[in-house]
Amino acid sequence: MRLINRSPGRPAALVLMALPFVAVLAAYAIGSEVRLAENPQDKLLPAPAQILETAIRLFTEGDRRSGRILLWYDTGASLARLAIGVGIAALSALAFGMAIGMLPYARRTLNAFVGVISMVPPLAILPILFIIFGLGEVSKVALIVIGITPVMIRDLSARTLEIPREMIVKAETLGASSAVIAMRVVLPQILPRLIASVRLALGPAWLFLIAAEAIAAQLGLGYRIFLVRRYLAMDVILTYVIWITLLAFLMDYALRLLSRKAFPWTEAAL
Amino acid sequence: MSFVEVRNIFQSYGSRPILERVNLDVAKGDFISIVGASGCGKSTFLRLLLAQEVPTRGTIRIDGNDPAVEPGRERGVVFQRYSVFPHMSVRENIVAGESFHRCWGRFYGAGKKQALDRADETLNRIGLAHVADAYPATLSGGMQQRLAIGQALVARPRILLLDEPFGALDPGTRLAMHDFLMELRAQTRMTVFMVTHDLEEGFKLGDRVLVFDKTRWDADYPDNYGATITYDFDARNGGIPFQDIMEEHNVLLSA
Repeated sequence: MRLINRSPGRPAALVLMALPFVAVLAAYAIGSEVRLAENPQDKLLPAPAQILETAIRLFTEGDRRSGRILLWYDTGASLARLAIGVGIAALSALAFGMAIGMLPYARRTLNAFVGVISMVPPLAILPILFIIFGLGEVSKVALIVIGITPVMIRDLSARTLEIPREMIVKAETLGASSAVIAMRVVLPQILPRLIASVRLALGPAWLFLIAAEAIAAQLGLGYRIFLVRRYLAMDVILTYVIWITLLAFLMDYALRLLSRKAFPWTEAAL
Repeated sequence: MSFVEVRNIFQSYGSRPILERVNLDVAKGDFISIVGASGCGKSTFLRLLLAQEVPTRGTIRIDGNDPAVEPGRERGVVFQRYSVFPHMSVRENIVAGESFHRCWGRFYGAGKKQALDRADETLNRIGLAHVADAYPATLSGGMQQRLAIGQALVARPRILLLDEPFGALDPGTRLAMHDFLMELRAQTRMTVFMVTHDLEEGFKLGDRVLVFDKTRWDADYPDNYGATITYDFDARNGGIPFQDIMEEHNVLLSA
């Protein structure tokens, strides 16, 4: 039987799914063990047990000076920036994407511009944002918005253009105005694509968030990681990295679930 | 004056002529089948009737009205595919046929209730009542086309345009759809234009069969001339012999 036609059964599939995770954990544990055996003071690869201990401390114990549990404050600050940034990006991408996809005038005006703008490396203009908006929240949110919006606009305008012409013409023959076509035909079919687009943009959004926080912030997950780097506190960094990964994964999962629940017709088939 | 009046239509894409000198008069209530080889311009002609395209020269008038520049409620259409809205249930699709010309494309309050009742009535008539809450993607091809025709008809167009509506259906379903269409037509006396690849279908359903072809042919540059109506058959029962053979001496029955 050809390799392309072989697929694992359900138990084997679960084992295979777990395999890379287990392999990475095992490799880390062994590496950590070896280094610590040589030098108990080694800080590069803290033992898994120590990471767990640190994680529990970070999640439950307050800061010695202020008494606040910093990890939760960091999480709150970062998620707020992320939510505002991604929210603004999603709404403007939806508006511009639909306009470019539906209106020839908007397409002629904006398509080339968005194409060029999306090629500007966002991190390269971060200093400009800091100069214009100061070191506060606005510049961080702005970086996320500028970083992910152009790509989302391109994605959504392409998806809008993919709606079969027949469907638009059919709506026209039913007497629908441009606004009705936008609200009743295009928007409902674009919303699932918007969620897919947001899911794809979350990765870059996190990247821009952490980059902005690393450079200038007083609170935030990225800020904390770059702060404790000075003390080589690998256990704290790893805890934060795992926490961020978990958050990102949960967001992605929630969006997928939302898409399936809110748009049952996308999965409808004979 | 005829109901649909086509006067001296020319259509070219760039320097390439597709249609030339097309003239046609259609009486109200006629069923016009349009046949021809691939690329002969019959779909272009339908797009012109639909006002999805504006002809390079010439005019098309329905009931003496000004030539349209964009599709509107005068013309209903059913395409081979993508004629229903996938994000609406079957019932909502029918309601959309009545509500899309309204300000927000919706009915509110008591009007909504009545519209839903009318939609259920329509669904009963077109035999889709049992799937009223399903999404079109869960329907068979024949049912989707029935929905598309029903949706087009509740908008009460002056003419109905069908672009190979049964081209993607299997032969059995296609026959059932013929009966369905004939029945609806008998009820509504709608003026219908249907583009089809299937000659037999064209003669069976149509009152008239128009054949599009090129009258001039340049062997060196096949794109040089456009097509026009080369035959205009009277296909009503008792018309041409071919039709009689089809209708009354069904080969399978006599065998």
